[in-house]
Amino acid sequence: MNVQARPKAADDLLPLMGNEAIARGAWEAGVKVAAAYPGTPSTEILESLAQYPASDLYAEWSTNEKVALDVAIGAALSGVRAICCMKHVGLNVAADSLMSQSYIGAHAGLVLVVCDDPGIHSSQNEQDTRLFARFAGVPVLEPSDAQEAYDFTFLAFDLSEQFDTPVIVRSTTRLSHTRSVVRVGNRAAPPAKGFVDAPGKTVTIPANARRLHPKVIEREAKLAAWLETAPLTRWEKGDTTFAIVTGSTSYLYVKEVAPRASILKLGAAYPLPEATLRAFAASADRLLVVEELEPALETQIRALGLPAEGKAFFPRSGELSPELVRAGLAAAGLAEAPPEPVPLDIQPMARPPVLCAGCPHTGAFFALRGIDARVAGDIGCYTLAAVEPLRSIDTTICMGASIGNAVGMAAAGEKKPIVATIGDSTFLHSGIPPLIDAVYNKANITVVILDNAITAMTGGQDHPGTGQSLRGEPAPKADYEAICRAVGVTWIRRVDPYDVGHMYQTLREAIVHKGVSVVISERPCVLDPVRIKGTPLAVRQDGCVACQSCMNLGCPALLWSDELYEGRHKVRIDAAACIGCTLCAQVCTSDCIQPVAAA
Amino acid sequence: MSAASHTETAPAALDTTRGLNVMVVGVGGQGVLMISKALALIGQRQGLQVKQSEVHGMAKRGGVVFSHVRFGAEVWSPTIARGEADVLIALEWAEGLRWLEFLRPQTGVFIADTRRIVPPFACRSRRHGAPMAYARETPAEVLDKVGEGYALDATAIARGLGESRAANTVLLGVLSASMDVSAADWLAVLETLAPPKSRAINLKAFEAGRAWADAARGDPSLSFDAGFDTHVTQADLPDVSVRHTINAAWCKGCDICVKLCPERCLALNEHQVAYLKAPQACTGCHVCEWLCPDFAIDVQTTLGT
Repeated sequence: MNVQARPKAADDLLPLMGNEAIARGAWEAGVKVAAAYPGTPSTEILESLAQYPASDLYAEWSTNEKVALDVAIGAALSGVRAICCMKHVGLNVAADSLMSQSYIGAHAGLVLVVCDDPGIHSSQNEQDTRLFARFAGVPVLEPSDAQEAYDFTFLAFDLSEQFDTPVIVRSTTRLSHTRSVVRVGNRAAPPAKGFVDAPGKTVTIPANARRLHPKVIEREAKLAAWLETAPLTRWEKGDTTFAIVTGSTSYLYVKEVAPRASILKLGAAYPLPEATLRAFAASADRLLVVEELEPALETQIRALGLPAEGKAFFPRSGELSPELVRAGLAAAGLAEAPPEPVPLDIQPMARPPVLCAGCPHTGAFFALRGIDARVAGDIGCYTLAAVEPLRSIDTTICMGASIGNAVGMAAAGEKKPIVATIGDSTFLHSGIPPLIDAVYNKANITVVILDNAITAMTGGQDHPGTGQSLRGEPAPKADYEAICRAVGVTWIRRVDPYDVGHMYQTLREAIVHKGVSVVISERPCVLDPVRIKGTPLAVRQDGCVACQSCMNLGCPALLWSDELYEGRHKVRIDAAACIGCTLCAQVCTSDCIQPVAAA
Repeated sequence: MSAASHTETAPAALDTTRGLNVMVVGVGGQGVLMISKALALIGQRQGLQVKQSEVHGMAKRGGVVFSHVRFGAEVWSPTIARGEADVLIALEWAEGLRWLEFLRPQTGVFIADTRRIVPPFACRSRRHGAPMAYARETPAEVLDKVGEGYALDATAIARGLGESRAANTVLLGVLSASMDVSAADWLAVLETLAPPKSRAINLKAFEAGRAWADAARGDPSLSFDAGFDTHVTQADLPDVSVRHTINAAWCKGCDICVKLCPERCLALNEHQVAYLKAPQACTGCHVCEWLCPDFAIDVQTTLGT
């Protein structure tokens, strides 16, 4: 088989972020349907795709990653090229569809872009998608820079069609968020193929699936054979004392610290070109594998009986860097140890991320802290309420886990009141089935839906509850109260989290209700879709008794003033940061916090 | 090597054709990205390869923001190794200190705004005389650790021009004085990046930074803002002793003090009466005393133990 990138009509050089390059590659490949659920570091891919005209492609924010993949599958089986994008943990949500779609194949090109987060910059784990690809029997391409991100995405659609398989393009935080110049071309959309119309292939009843599975195994062999000579596999000849197998951004670090090394750069981490690997191994005295996270390549290469060394010298957790690659080569005795850095004797100050000044979550969690409940948290900005001073979340597992976790806590006989906190976008993503479970199984829990009317953590994306689509068009708006009623919740209250007293009283009532109670905390995010800024407040210094009760909010607009009361710092308010939410004034014990004009 | 120990002649300009590693650091919302983009464009205009890498995610939530910009004839790694940054630009003082170890020893150029953005974390302790948990190094101490260093109140300079948010452009102006790039290139880049509305103010801020740097390069004694005050809090106060008493007969177990104690050091006992569960955590803030509806709590603080 021979897959070649299409000739390009026009060349242009653009500085693109990895994610923008992926979007550009997909657009040029003629993608017609694109779907995603936002998740750092993948979010900008769909946002970039939505910049292209609606006449070129349909793009949607899906309710979750599985829905996104199902949408893309439906489109590909209907004969148009389709893409779906997600972060690494999103693939867990979409896994059910992927595992079976692998048997079915593609028809029109079907590409999944999965962005891993080595170093856990903004995630709950650092799982390695390359292992998932192997598990699913689906090829995974690993670009190393923005140019390759563009090239490989473009190529992935051709590969998908010619080998009849979904193709994963795996990025990482570092690639997704690095900008470099990309040589781009024009869009050339292939004609729509029409619906696949082959039920023996697209309906995975056991009789069909049994026939399809061996085809997946055959496909793996064909892909591996193709990769022996494909430009994705590149042997860069160099010193013969050691040879390095690498790919993705690890390749860049290797080039940086060992420019003369003999390198086999693998553009696909699965399947592997066996003959090339054997020849490469034989070309040098030692064979090293430099890869980020799991020994995905190393394990496969060792299974070929080749003496590969890798994780003995390079870490299996965290992000790689030029220093770590250099240190690894030194540990392997293949490079001089880098000089020890001279200690600077500076203690770096902790600066953990915090909820914004005026964040509606602050009021909700301040009240919740007073309840002394067992709190199952979820994924979103509000995870920041797990640390002091709000410190009111006991667990955070993954998207949509909170309500199910709460049901389990109740079933286990936990003595404290049990509360699940979940954001609006997360609730729609995967919070509704566990809510139904809680009602059905008569769990005695309280669910707090933190509705800030946006997907805030990832930078303010629309979702089915915002009343607006990805392209900014008006859309039907999900009604949380109606959803809760429809599944059988009878005790529902809607509260403004800026009213701390009301929030606290409502929570107290909610936890004594027998059965599932739902509190919907309603207040828009202060950053998105519009930045909210009201009249700032100020602390009357002669009234402040330095109780610092307001500091319990963890609001970044509250700071120590230079004045003291009984040796403790009085508080002042940074007027530029304060948005006037009044939470601090509500908890002030001496009533000395007032709007600036009145102070 | 301190700035003051430099020779009288101005330091040599950074040779951009040889390639340059620049780290830009700050706190979310300060404009780290704008500086990075400007530098990337400068590199591109010199016909060099450019890579600019940043980490999003926590940027909007007051967290640490950093960006690596690399340019040269051939650039591989998107990130700069520790000790290999030619320039470190810090938009916030403590952030400059956090990343200082990335700067090339002896030859690296350190440019920092002395503006402090104090995180809530630094003001957490309620103890009597507690120091603010903020970096305590003075500019003089820090400049002593770098090859060439500039610390200035760029935010104040920008505010003086009418827009404190242009502090990042002031710092870019300071950097421009250390680079062998033509003024025309810088202006073209600023024109591209600044939105039309703020173009004039950004050009002024750039010029102000450049003028400040030219003066400081001529006279190293000017290279740091001597008025910068690191005396952020009184830390040398005598200790205080706290006597916390609860009149059990008056307590009806309403729980208010337990719920609102900032240090969570109170609890109800088996008779539903409040007691001081963690006396070592009590800071003597009086909140429980003031809020008790039954006047059952008495907090006495005495200076000296």
